[in-house]
Amino acid sequence: MTTATLEPKHARDREGIQRSPLARIIDRLGGGLLQVVVIVIALFWLMPTLGLFVVSLREQEANTSSGWWTLLTQPAQITLDNYANLLASGFTSSFWNTILITVPTTLLVIGIAAMAGYAFAWIEFPGRDALFLVVIGLLVVPIQIALIPIAGLYGTLGIFGSIPAVVLFHVAFGLPFAIFLLRNFFAGIPRELLEAARMDGAGEWKIFSTVVFPLAKPAIASLGIFQFLWVWNDLLVALVFADTENQPMTKALQSQMRQFQSNVDILAPGAFLSLLIPLILFFAFQRYFVQGMLAGSVK
Amino acid sequence: MTTKTAGRRAATRGTPRPPAATGKRLGPSPKMAVWFLLPAVLLLGVMVIYPIVYSIFRSLFDASGSTFVGVDNYVSIFTDSAMLTTIRNTLIWVAVAPALVTVVGLIFAVMTERIRWATAFKLVVFMPMAVSLMASGVIFRFVYEQDPDRGVANAVITSVRDIFSSGSGIPGARPRENDQAPVVASDGAVVTRQPVSPGQTVLVPLVGLRPDMLPASTAPAKTPGQGTAGINGTVWLDFTPGGGGAPEKVDVDEKALAGVTVEALRDGTVVATTTTANDGTFSFPELTSGDHVVRLPRENFEAPFNGLSWLGPTLITPAIIAAFIWVWAGFAMVLLSAGLASIPRDALEAARMDGATEWQVFRRITVPLLSPVLLVVFVTMIINTLKVFDLVFVIAPGSVQPQANVVALEMWRVSFGGGGDYGLGSALAIFLLILVLPFMMFNIRRFKREQS
Repeated sequence: MTTATLEPKHARDREGIQRSPLARIIDRLGGGLLQVVVIVIALFWLMPTLGLFVVSLREQEANTSSGWWTLLTQPAQITLDNYANLLASGFTSSFWNTILITVPTTLLVIGIAAMAGYAFAWIEFPGRDALFLVVIGLLVVPIQIALIPIAGLYGTLGIFGSIPAVVLFHVAFGLPFAIFLLRNFFAGIPRELLEAARMDGAGEWKIFSTVVFPLAKPAIASLGIFQFLWVWNDLLVALVFADTENQPMTKALQSQMRQFQSNVDILAPGAFLSLLIPLILFFAFQRYFVQGMLAGSVK
Repeated sequence: MTTKTAGRRAATRGTPRPPAATGKRLGPSPKMAVWFLLPAVLLLGVMVIYPIVYSIFRSLFDASGSTFVGVDNYVSIFTDSAMLTTIRNTLIWVAVAPALVTVVGLIFAVMTERIRWATAFKLVVFMPMAVSLMASGVIFRFVYEQDPDRGVANAVITSVRDIFSSGSGIPGARPRENDQAPVVASDGAVVTRQPVSPGQTVLVPLVGLRPDMLPASTAPAKTPGQGTAGINGTVWLDFTPGGGGAPEKVDVDEKALAGVTVEALRDGTVVATTTTANDGTFSFPELTSGDHVVRLPRENFEAPFNGLSWLGPTLITPAIIAAFIWVWAGFAMVLLSAGLASIPRDALEAARMDGATEWQVFRRITVPLLSPVLLVVFVTMIINTLKVFDLVFVIAPGSVQPQANVVALEMWRVSFGGGGDYGLGSALAIFLLILVLPFMMFNIRRFKREQS
């Protein structure tokens, strides 16, 4: 941060309200202190993730004998060995499993929820409001409730442990939020646009796919990034429903936790790799992330 | 400022009500709705609604599902002592975590209103939300490592503490327990048996330390100098390696104890304090008359502070709650920032013109106007708290998990994590559902109110 930013930016100053010179001086001093406090907090928030990154880059012996912050004085400890070992250990297959679970789930949730959201927003049918209240109710249902029954169901169907089983579970529990978010967005689309399309003789499917869906791109982007992150970051569902050969990264990492001390060279790079893609997505699409959160803060 | 515009947009858009049936029907037939809704209804019915119904029935049967046991599973939730710990922890979580997250989020939101690089700060605080709780758990396992040389939390605490209290302790050192010893242990400290007056020397022979545990550079002890003013003495390890040497006498091969705090007391109050030199000697030249007691205070004999045991049974829940705040504070901050941005400036300015202080403006105007958003953040955090699983599961080491346990984790443990008791597991799942029911009602009511 440059010193040029060390100037308090008060809304009231901008709006030209006259204040006494003394009050301004106090504001400036307080502003400087505020900057320092905020910088300290930001460092505090960054430190854990930064620490993980540094640990993942240090030699195993260095990690067992000293703290990661010693890197400042001994930069020679840096190595990519941990990452090489991780990739050699078969961690890559769990990376692919994560993608195979996350991408289809996200697409399915968007597609199914968009259809349902359209019906809730633009088709009048008996019991519509009541059904939508059920969806809102389902927003907060803990997934724990379904673990045992669905495990039994999957056993009967013979798909327990497979990737489709994990995907199906995620899709179902992603739907309430997705329907809620999209229905609210769809309902805000001007009625005239839809009426005009109907006048032109377009059917419901055509209106849905050519008018509503394209207009809803921002909402769909928000939903997509949320859904992607939830599934990418899930541990519990994978723990119950994914076999070892189909396990995503979170479960693969969890199985290394039992020997925490001796597995630092796998855990640290693994955890960092697993959060790399979410972080990239987050920084690239943070606008949609924030919008989705504000629009769907019921969950 | 993307977050603020997003906030305004969301605030003004709200949740518009779909058009009601009015006049001429131009819209689609209700039958169309069936096809649009079918996939969602089917999935929600089979994967969410049916499990709720099934779990209620299943919770009334035993582990294997063959015997009807009535409410026994629910009874054991509230009687089993390990289970009660779990419920107690969940209550602690609900009582502490949502309020803390909301307050921290509010503080951050107010602070970022006044700085120019608020967007960068928000991104940093918000970032943990994108990271899996699994990875966050790994991150905090590193933070909370016991060894101050590895865990950053203890590294910070011990270095802050070292600034205020220096001194190398001699834990385990003690006087000999016989009547000839010139010093005796007293309430953790070591004091002279007889009063000492200026001009006399004091011998403080200690045992109980192994000479090889002292630093290799430790100097040999030196007999206190006679004849100098005040009280002089020596603190040393009265043990000659390989035998020989007389007790209570400074022999050739005996090691000095340097850096030990020594106090001189007169009538029970400390009148002088010093520390021993490298050869173990100390001196109170300023004392000229009267009887004194020489004391080596208790701090000398305490084990050096080595950081807190974050992952031990006592601190584990607070430690995990801190990680939870790290993850969720950004969420609260962003929602509350958007709320702050939508507060009309006029109201604040009017109050300031009337001479209200900043604190009064904040307390009487900002917080009340913000209360709907505060409530949403708070309720969302309660729901998240009730569902907290990954953080506890990953941060708490296996041996401490019984002390850190929460309901959502216990449900997994008894059913899948080796327990295999689907009856009890179902009962816990239903219990969890009952805990979130009030918030389900809150959401539904809020939505109905927004619609009307």
